[in-house]
Amino acid sequence: MKVSRFTLYTNWLLDRFPLKKMWHDHMVHYYAPKNFNFWYFFGSLALMVLVNQIITGILLTMNYKPDAELAFDSVEYIMRDVNWGWLVRYMHSTGASAFFIVIYLHMFRGLIYGSYKEPRELVWIFGMLLFLALMAEAFMGYLLPWGQMSYWGAQVIISLFSAIPVIGDDLSLWVRGDYVVSDATLNRFFAFHVIAVPLVLVMLVFLHILALHEVGSNNPDGVEIKKIKDKDGIPLDGIPFHPYYTVKDIVGVAVFIIFFATVIFYMPELGGFFLESNNFIPADPLKTPEHIEPLWYFTPFYAILRAVPDKFAGVIAMFGSIIVLFLLPWLDRSPVKSIRYRGPLFKKAVFLFVVSFFALGYLGMKPPTATLTWFARLFSLIYFSFFLLMPIYSRWEKAKPVPRRVTQPPSLQRFMTEVKTAYYGAPSSKDKNYTLYGSTEFRTYPSKQGLINLCVLLAKKLKASLD
Amino acid sequence: MKKSLSISILLAVLSLNVAAEESVELQPANIDPEDRASIVHGAKVFVKYCLGCHSIKHIRYQRIAKDFALDDKKVLADIAPQGATIYDKMNTAMNAHDSSKWFGVNPPDLSLIARSRGADWLNTYLRTFYSDPSKPLGTNNLVFKDVGMPNVFWQLQGEQQPEYTEEDGQKVISSLTLGKPGTVSPHEFDTMINDLVNFLAYVGEPVKIERERMGKYVLFYLIIFLVISYLLKKEYWKDVD
Amino acid sequence: MKYDGVDDSKRQFLTSALTVVGAIGAGYLAVPFLSQMQPSVKALAAGAPVEVDISKLEPGQLLRAAWRGKPVWILNRTPAILENIKSVQDQLSDPESKASIQPANAKNEFRSIKPEIFVALGLCTHLGCSPTFRPEVAPHDLGEDWKGGFFCPCHGSKFDLAGRVYSGLPAPTNLEIPPHRYLSDTLLLIGEDGGNRA
Repeated sequence: MKVSRFTLYTNWLLDRFPLKKMWHDHMVHYYAPKNFNFWYFFGSLALMVLVNQIITGILLTMNYKPDAELAFDSVEYIMRDVNWGWLVRYMHSTGASAFFIVIYLHMFRGLIYGSYKEPRELVWIFGMLLFLALMAEAFMGYLLPWGQMSYWGAQVIISLFSAIPVIGDDLSLWVRGDYVVSDATLNRFFAFHVIAVPLVLVMLVFLHILALHEVGSNNPDGVEIKKIKDKDGIPLDGIPFHPYYTVKDIVGVAVFIIFFATVIFYMPELGGFFLESNNFIPADPLKTPEHIEPLWYFTPFYAILRAVPDKFAGVIAMFGSIIVLFLLPWLDRSPVKSIRYRGPLFKKAVFLFVVSFFALGYLGMKPPTATLTWFARLFSLIYFSFFLLMPIYSRWEKAKPVPRRVTQPPSLQRFMTEVKTAYYGAPSSKDKNYTLYGSTEFRTYPSKQGLINLCVLLAKKLKASLD
Repeated sequence: MKKSLSISILLAVLSLNVAAEESVELQPANIDPEDRASIVHGAKVFVKYCLGCHSIKHIRYQRIAKDFALDDKKVLADIAPQGATIYDKMNTAMNAHDSSKWFGVNPPDLSLIARSRGADWLNTYLRTFYSDPSKPLGTNNLVFKDVGMPNVFWQLQGEQQPEYTEEDGQKVISSLTLGKPGTVSPHEFDTMINDLVNFLAYVGEPVKIERERMGKYVLFYLIIFLVISYLLKKEYWKDVD
Repeated sequence: MKYDGVDDSKRQFLTSALTVVGAIGAGYLAVPFLSQMQPSVKALAAGAPVEVDISKLEPGQLLRAAWRGKPVWILNRTPAILENIKSVQDQLSDPESKASIQPANAKNEFRSIKPEIFVALGLCTHLGCSPTFRPEVAPHDLGEDWKGGFFCPCHGSKFDLAGRVYSGLPAPTNLEIPPHRYLSDTLLLIGEDGGNRA
C-alpha cells in the first residue's frame, strides 16, 4: 500500500501528540443533548468574541502608547493614520460590549435552566470567576483610551477601595501608584489588560470547558441524558457535538456577526452605549465631567453602589451583588433544574429579577436624584431578595414532574412557518388585492397587523422558552 | 398583575427622567458626509476663521485631498494656509502660552468636537452668540454659558440681542433678534455655519463614508454565508429531527 | 438518531461550499489585519521628500540629512577627490554600478547628477550599518592604498568616495543613491527624482 507523504507526517505527529484523542473526547464523542435551543448559542459566541478581542487587541497594542501624554493621541492615530486601524479599533470596542451581552445571556441561560445545579457547580464557579476576570479586563481596558470618562471612571472606582476600613486609603494608593489616577496607573492597567488578565481568562475558559465536558451539558429540560444510555453506552438523547453542534453553532456565529458588523459599520458608538461621547475629550485631571457613568455593562452594579447611603456599605453591596451569584448552586433548593418544571413562583421571581437588573442598569446611567435613588433602592432590594430568599421559595414550591427523556427540540423550519402564518395570516387569505403575483409574499409594504402579530408571536416564543 | 405593576413602575421612572432634563433646544445641523462642496467650503471657513486659535491636529491636508479626490496642490492652494505641506496636520500657528494669556484657557483642539458635543450642538453654539455687556468680551452664548471665546463671525452675522421673558420669577432668554445686521444675509450665514459644522463632523470621523460604503458588502457576504451555513445545518440535522 | 437515507454528496457539497465561502471571508478579513502592520500615513509623511540647502556646503565637506529616517550624505567633492575616484577603478567589485541602485541620471562614473555633488544613502548595503566618512588619504589604520572613502566599522566593508564598494568585502553592491533632483543650484530635493528612477 502506498502511503502519501502527508499521511506519514501526520502520523509522526499523532504518534507523539494526543490530537486525535482530544478531538474525539471533546468533539466527536462528546455527546450533547439534542434539544438545545437558541439560548445555547451564547457559549460558543463568547469563545468567538474572546478570540476577536485577543486578535484585535494584539493589533491595537502595536500602535497604542500607554503613556498619559500620548495615549489619547495614539488612539486617534490608530483611527486615522494606521491602515484599517479604525476597523480593528471598532472591532475591539464593539467586541467589549458584545462580550458582556453574550455573557449576560449565557449566564441567564444557566439561571433559567438550572445549569449551576449539581453536578455542574464547578462549571458555574469557573464561569463566575471568568465573569469577574472579564469585568476586571473591561474596567482596566476602558482606562486606556485616556478620555475624560476613562479617567474619571477609573478615579471613582479606584476610590471605592478607600472605603475599606483601616487599609482602604493605602490600598487605593497602591492600586493607583499615585495620589490620583496618573501615568503610573495607566501603565500598570495596560500591563494587566494586555497580559495578566487575558492569561487568566484563557486559563479559566479552559477549565470551564474541561469541567463542563466531565459532567456533560445541561439542557432546557434539565434532564440528565447520561442516565439513559443505549447498549454502546451512548446517551439516547445525546448527539455528537461534532458535526451536529459545530454546524449549528456556525449558523449562530453567522447571525451574531451580522449584528456585530452592523454595529461596526453603521453605528460604532451605538448612541453612546458602546463609545461614550465624553470619552472623545482627552483626560483632564482638573475638570470632572458633569455626569460620570460607567459603560452600560457595569451600570446595574453601579446603581446598587449608589443606592446605599453609606460609602463602605455601598462597596459591600456592590461586591455582594456579584459574590451572591457564586452561591447560586447552594441557594437553590429546588429538586428540578429547568424553569419549565418549576412552579409559578420561581418564574415570577426570575421575571422580577430581570426587571430589577434592567432597571438598575438604566438607573446607573442617570444622575442620582432623590426619587431615582429610591427606585434604585427598591430594585436593589428585589435583586438581593431574588437570591437571598431563594432557599425559602425554591424549597417551598412544588415542582411539576420532569420527563424521563428530553422533549422535542426546537425547529427553525417550524418556527418560520409560524412566523409566516402570523405575518401573512392563514394561507387561505381572502385579501384579493395582493394576490396579483399569485402569492401574498409580494406585498411591498409591511402590514401593520402582520407586524403586531409577529411581535406577539415572538413574545410568546420567548416566554415559551422559559416554560 | 405583578407584570403590569413592574411595567408601570418602569414607565414612571422613564417619565420622571424626561421631566428632569431641560436645556436650550438645539437646532439640528444638516450633516451630509458625501457633500463634497459643503465640506470643502467648511474647510476653507475653518482655516480662515478658526485655525488661528484652534488646531485640528488629528487630520492632515493629505487626508482631505484623498477623501474628496482633490489634487494635493489644489488643497494646498485653496484650503491650507501659506507654507503648509501636504502631510502637515492642521495645527494652529498660535502658541499655547499666548492663548492662555489672552483667553484664560487654551482653545481646545477641535478634531473630535463633533463626536464629543454633537453636530447639532455645534450648529446651535456657533449661531447663538448674543450681546452681553456684563462679560469681558461683550458677548455670551445660549448653549455655552460664559464661554471664553469671542464671536469670530460678528462682522458676518451682525449683533444679536437677547429678548427676555419672565419664568417662575426669573429672567429667561426667550429668543435672539438681530440688532445690527451683518455683512452677509442670515441665510448665507446659516449655510456657511452648516458647511463648517459639516466639515467638523467629517474631521471627527473621516472614515465614516468609507465604513458605511464597505458595510454593505460585508453584510451581503455575511448573508450568503448565513444561508449556506443554515442549509448545511439543516442537512446534518435531518439525522436528529 | 437515524442514519438511513443520508444524501452524502449533498453534505459534501455544502461542506465544501461553506469552507470555500468561509475561506474567502477569512481571506478578506486577513487583509486589514495584515495591512495594518504596513507603514502608516505617519510613516509615509516621514517619507515625504525633504529639501536640503547646499549653498553653505564647502568643498570636501559632508552634510548629513534625514530622509525616511535614514541618513543621506551630501558630499561636495574637490577635483582631487574626483581624480582619486578615477584611480581606484580596478579594485572595485562593481565599478560601473550595474548591480547597484541609483537614479538613471546618476548611473555614471561619479555616481552623481553633478560630478562634484555626491548624494547617497549612508547605509552599508551589507547589513545596514552606517559607514564612517574617511576622506583622508593613506591613514595608518586603513593602509597605504586608501584614497579616501567610507569605511563600515561593523564588518569592514570599504567604499570609495563615489560610494562604490571595494572587491573582496562583505557588502554586495555599491551604496544606494536615493532619488533626488535640483530645485535650484543650491537647493536639493531628496526623495523625488522627476522620473529618473533607475
